[in-house]
Amino acid sequence: MAIVFQKPHALADRPFHYCPGCTHGIIHRLVAEVIDELGIEGKTVGVAPVGCAVMAYDYFNCDMVEAPHGRAPAVATGLKRAIPENVVFTYQGDGDLAAIGTAETVHSATRGENITIIFVNNAIYGMTGGQMAPTTLPNQVTQTTPYGRDVATAGHPVRICEMLSTLDGVAYAERVSVDNVPNVRNAKKAIKKAFEAQINEKGFSIIEVLSTCPTNWGLSPSDAFEWLRGNMIPYYPLGVYKDKTEEGTL
Amino acid sequence: MKGNEAMAEAAIQAGCRHFFGYPITPQTELSAYMAKKMPKIGGTFLQAESEIAAINMVLGAASAGVRAMTSSSSPGISLKSEGVSYIAGSDLPCVLINVQRGGPGLGGIQPSQADYWQATKALGHGDYQLLVFAPSTVQEMVSLIFKAFDKADEYRMPAMILADGMLGQMMEPVEFPEKAEVAKVEKPWATNGHQGKRAHNVVNSLYLQAPELEKHVVERFKRYDIVKANEVMVENYKMEDAEVAVVTYGATSRIVKSAVNSARALGIKVGCIRPITLWPFPEKEIAAAADKVQKFLCVEMSMGQMVEDVRLAVNGKKPVEFFGRTGGVIPTPAEVLEQIKKLAGK
Amino acid sequence: MKTLNTILAGFGGQGILFAGKVMAYAGLIDEKEISWLPSYGPEMRGGTANCSICISDEPIGSPLVVNPNVLGVMNTPSYDKFIDSVEAGGVVVVDSTLISQKCNRTDITVYYIEATALADEKGFHGLANMIILGKLLKETRFASMDAVKKSLAKCVPPKKAQLIESNLAAIELGMSL
Repeated sequence: MAIVFQKPHALADRPFHYCPGCTHGIIHRLVAEVIDELGIEGKTVGVAPVGCAVMAYDYFNCDMVEAPHGRAPAVATGLKRAIPENVVFTYQGDGDLAAIGTAETVHSATRGENITIIFVNNAIYGMTGGQMAPTTLPNQVTQTTPYGRDVATAGHPVRICEMLSTLDGVAYAERVSVDNVPNVRNAKKAIKKAFEAQINEKGFSIIEVLSTCPTNWGLSPSDAFEWLRGNMIPYYPLGVYKDKTEEGTL
Repeated sequence: MKGNEAMAEAAIQAGCRHFFGYPITPQTELSAYMAKKMPKIGGTFLQAESEIAAINMVLGAASAGVRAMTSSSSPGISLKSEGVSYIAGSDLPCVLINVQRGGPGLGGIQPSQADYWQATKALGHGDYQLLVFAPSTVQEMVSLIFKAFDKADEYRMPAMILADGMLGQMMEPVEFPEKAEVAKVEKPWATNGHQGKRAHNVVNSLYLQAPELEKHVVERFKRYDIVKANEVMVENYKMEDAEVAVVTYGATSRIVKSAVNSARALGIKVGCIRPITLWPFPEKEIAAAADKVQKFLCVEMSMGQMVEDVRLAVNGKKPVEFFGRTGGVIPTPAEVLEQIKKLAGK
Repeated sequence: MKTLNTILAGFGGQGILFAGKVMAYAGLIDEKEISWLPSYGPEMRGGTANCSICISDEPIGSPLVVNPNVLGVMNTPSYDKFIDSVEAGGVVVVDSTLISQKCNRTDITVYYIEATALADEKGFHGLANMIILGKLLKETRFASMDAVKKSLAKCVPPKKAQLIESNLAAIELGMSL
């Protein structure tokens, strides 16, 4: 009998701890598929964040390091500088990357650090139980914005791809979503392109993946996708924000 | 050679090819030396965006299995403390240098020893220790850098050189070994890419199950016991017939030795005990001295930090007095001599 | 030899730290124990600068000189700060172009030389520090002439090697005073 579907080799044979309907599982799988397709598992080192994906080190079969909160790009910098032939990626959420780790994110980007960042943006802190994230939308209700995010006091959301695309060190920046099949397919293409950019020594690459958090949003998984489409994509438009991977582009 | 430059050169000779730092007085020459040398030998010098980033770059490089180092001065070390805790919790080796300046807060930039507690008790959260080496000459800075890298690798733990602004800034003759002897330690745990030849490695400090975390911490403390049994370094200076023992470390010990010599010229039987490792602390050596001498004096450039460890080691057997200057003020040999005279009843 | 505990002091930019380095390296070349400890920090940026240099047959205890037996001073604030700290029997060289005070201590030997004026006059602009050092060398014999020459070659950066000669000439001028 022919095997028509199986777990990617780079993904560990272990049940995810993620909530029902969470998209981390999809994104983990996409990263693992890309690692398999590029045949780089043996020279790939991943860096896990603090947040829901903290235990990503249990889910990938490549070598993994668990970083302090927000410091994954600095840890990745050390790993990459120590062994430049290796492929180094970080997997970070919005609180980790765009709040406590903003300095590490911006400076690894502007240095053109030859690493790949998978940035999962679900507009909320999941692990700690649903507090406001730097990417929480205006008027979005969270545990720490119980009346909705008031931009007058809580400030505005951060658009990471737009911000980083202004930096000369960034080779590739794209925002994708995993809310439907075509978008999932496109997300995988983007992740592959980012890894390839690193392998071809183009510099810093980041893929921002719009994601859902049904548990903390208080929505069913399918309603969560609707909410993502209706609220997040308008604020965080999908697309390529920077592409220096080929001659002649940008 | 300046102390700061000598430490940088020693690190390079000890096989360190990855340095991550952030500018701060009075350790700047160390970074500048690294910036000049590293590109010429295929190494990494990276000026990070913050102390926090620098220590986490060290975490990454150490995870990959290479010898990595960062250096800073007191306020910067506070910023690094988070990363140091993670490094200790992940059983990674690395070397950190603290060229101490006066505190708290922004404090000052003159020499100080007010980070003793931070280095030996509380550099970051959690149950853990660092190896802490306290040089007193530029030559010793060099030998202790070699030792720090070797011992960090051997015990898989961070090692600190606790220096101060005086040692960092001063120039003294220094000799480097013709061919540096560097311990070669296998690092099968390194996250350097499994190449399909082994199971995947994980560098991690997270254990959500309490008994599992306890097990890891207890195992680490068993290693600390081995360190305590084997790695204590201490110098006894003119202690053979001493009735008063002055306990002091680092740059301050040079001032104390001058005062001890002046006191000896006056017929006072005084000697000096100088811990070279601050952790592990020479408890046994000081306890043994408590059976011989009449009194102890502890001299530090602080309001009295190491003196607590001295009192614990003496365990009430003999009186332990303290003399210190702080805020960057350096005690003079004359001041210390006065204290010795007072203690000796002269 | 007697242990020499030296302080050189003046304004930032007068070459105080450099003169101290030349002195320390010369001691090293003569196979003495030496240390050189600069003041550092804001003082480097235009304020007063000083350094402690110890040269001895014995290992150096405290590298910070509190009571010098050799003092070279090149500005008034430093003169005021250090003159009373000099050990009895000590030797002091004062740049009298910049310092108008005269010392009334009788237990030390003070030499007043117009180092800055002489430097300008004899074409050694900016080398008053070396004239002071030359006078100190004559009065204290802190190192051999050969060691001082080698020390200069070591302390002057390769890019400025052409300055070795004028530095040496300024030292010799100081020695002639």
